[in-house]
Amino acid sequence: MDLNFSAEELAFRQEVRDFIDANLPAATRQHLIEGKGPTKAMVVEWQKILNKRGWAVPEWPVEWGGPGWTAAQRYIFREELQMAPAPSPLGFNVNMCGPVVIQFGTEEQKKRFLPRMANLDDWWCQGFSEPGAGSDLAGLKTKAVREGNEWVINGQKTWTTLAQHADWIFVLARTNPTAKKQEGISFILCDMKTPGITVRPIITIEGGHEVNEVFFDNVRVPAENLVGEENKGWDCAKFLLGNERFGQARVGASRERIRRLKVIAAQTMDGGEPLMADPEFRRQMTEIEVELKALEMTVMRVIAQDMKRKDGKPNPATSVLKIKGTEIQQGVSELLMKAAGPYAWVDGDPDEEGTNEWDVAPDWAYGLAGTYFNWRKQSIYGGSNEIQRNIMAKAFLGL
Amino acid sequence: MDFDLTEEQSLLVDSVRKLLSDKYGFEQRKAYIASERGWSQEMWSSFAELGLLGLPFAEEDGGFGAGLTDTCLIAEQFGRSLVVEPWFSTAVIGGSALRHGGSAALRQELVPQVAAGEARLALAQQERQSRYDLFDVATTAKKSGSGWVLNGNKGMVIHGDSATHLIVSARVAGGQRDKAGIGLFVVEAGAPGVTVRGFRTVDGQRAAEVILENAPAQHALGEAENGLPLLEKVVAESIAALSFEAVGCMDVAHAMTLDYMKTREQFGRPIGSFQALQHRAADMLVAIEQSRSMSYYAVQAAEESDADERRRGIAAVKVQIGRASRLVGQQSIQLHGGIAMTMEYACGHYFKRLTVNDGLFGNADFHLRALADEGGLVKAA
Repeated sequence: MDLNFSAEELAFRQEVRDFIDANLPAATRQHLIEGKGPTKAMVVEWQKILNKRGWAVPEWPVEWGGPGWTAAQRYIFREELQMAPAPSPLGFNVNMCGPVVIQFGTEEQKKRFLPRMANLDDWWCQGFSEPGAGSDLAGLKTKAVREGNEWVINGQKTWTTLAQHADWIFVLARTNPTAKKQEGISFILCDMKTPGITVRPIITIEGGHEVNEVFFDNVRVPAENLVGEENKGWDCAKFLLGNERFGQARVGASRERIRRLKVIAAQTMDGGEPLMADPEFRRQMTEIEVELKALEMTVMRVIAQDMKRKDGKPNPATSVLKIKGTEIQQGVSELLMKAAGPYAWVDGDPDEEGTNEWDVAPDWAYGLAGTYFNWRKQSIYGGSNEIQRNIMAKAFLGL
Repeated sequence: MDFDLTEEQSLLVDSVRKLLSDKYGFEQRKAYIASERGWSQEMWSSFAELGLLGLPFAEEDGGFGAGLTDTCLIAEQFGRSLVVEPWFSTAVIGGSALRHGGSAALRQELVPQVAAGEARLALAQQERQSRYDLFDVATTAKKSGSGWVLNGNKGMVIHGDSATHLIVSARVAGGQRDKAGIGLFVVEAGAPGVTVRGFRTVDGQRAAEVILENAPAQHALGEAENGLPLLEKVVAESIAALSFEAVGCMDVAHAMTLDYMKTREQFGRPIGSFQALQHRAADMLVAIEQSRSMSYYAVQAAEESDADERRRGIAAVKVQIGRASRLVGQQSIQLHGGIAMTMEYACGHYFKRLTVNDGLFGNADFHLRALADEGGLVKAA
């Protein structure tokens, strides 16, 4: 048993850190330190920088531009990005659609889509959830009917994150209405410029525009955009959802936010003393730090298992990472809001520039309530935390 | 990074597991507890034969030179079977104290006896007023000839009534709550001036009140006038082993609960088919997995050379393990229902051990406050 990173891994961490320090645009870093989500331009600019270095697609095979890292290196890389803080490579491209195309796609599809995904020349979004298909994803109703050399898609997707930026969407659509619900679904790639697609913003409770409804009205897609076999799209979906082994833990991101919290709590006055001196506040913060340390070690265990066995066997820890990772992030966002006190209340989209122009609140306080509200989504998406418990009960507890 | 056991570790764990599955069933354990000394001499001899008593000591002293991880792996197995013999106080606490603080002469004298099962050790650090503060010491030690003379009362000395040698914290200088001026002394239990009042604890283990009236001590461990750093190190290693023990207990309590949920039928179906109960069982699994992770960290933290870092890390371990122990213990009773309230049924015994385990060397609340006062784990940017 050896619980430490090797000397090579530590050297790698330093290499990543140095690269980020030398290449991450200062404005992007400052924007993220202030707790704002990165703009599209920031994400694209940074991913192109990473891609030039060969680091944009850490999980992909070398053949398609991956760096050939071990699971430990991939974790270190992601953690360093989160702690910098820097934008992560776009998940829809890099961790969702890309791996599906690599696993199930044709050579043509790989050559056509993968390099542009890696370089973020195309921004992808995910067409999975529907108004009637949330946690019960296989209940989706969007239809694709084969007509000659085309698929004709009709239906509605929802909660489509950043569809307003997207060039392409990967869609789960029902291609056999009579089969059992998981068996009549296909995975289809669709150009967002295709006539018949309408994107309508959904404004979330904090005022931000992150998610959208996407309507498909007789959208005609070339037959060659089907990934994998017809009616086998559920396999792609399961692969995609099961692919992310530790991404949702976001240990580095939480550590970065806790550091920020400590800086804020040291300068915010409460009862004539810095907030940091309040035992109740410290206790709440420390509880989260303890959970985070345990989570970090759980991530290490998953990585160690992945490095040893590569059998991709489901690990109960994956659900632990989702549940604890999101609870921790939500907990820190709540403490950040509380630290700001009344100054967290200034309304506005925390990701928008210039909304504190009259200087009505300290800059550091602006948007903290918005982030708290927004982050309630974390225990809902990606298989809600209740779904995770269902998975555990079935798959690991035999109930 | 590698969480797998080495071949030697696997063999060690397997041999312990085999012994416990043969000799440490729930009914057998009951009989050991009901016996006069409250534990089994036969098991104690078996532990000696397997090398578990000399495990943590250096080979040149007559031990087996195993690391903290090996000790922890045994603790996990002992937790699974709720072992009541004084192994934890002798090999883990005593082992750590002797290894880090014993003079060569003392180690050569005592380690072979410990390894053979002839000597047993116990740590007498607690006093009525001290609660969980290791430095709150009213017992005094005065220099006398080549040794010391100790006076004071020590309470809740785990396995104090079977110990042949007591490791006693006593003040050589300073006030009751000063961190300096505390020494750790080896007092023979049979020496004049030593009164030991043994009793049973709620988890079926033994403990003792120890009264020292001009009790002689020949040996000090570490620095006689500055023994607190050694005591903290010993406690840190002991907490690492306790965290493994707790994981073993939680694992079994959870498995027992799952078995019951699958077989107990109400309303015409197994109670495990009800989602409210399934989610509770899943939350227990989350807590156990997080605790297992934290127990690995405990080994790392206990071996940290920087005392402040070590203290913070170990405090975090106690918080996580203590909270999880409470959740898993309470929920395993609740999910069973009435059956787990009975003395006849094993589940409650795991709950009781987990409850005591949380309190040993400071419960989760104590360590949370301590860690919060020290600024937590994450350094501010």
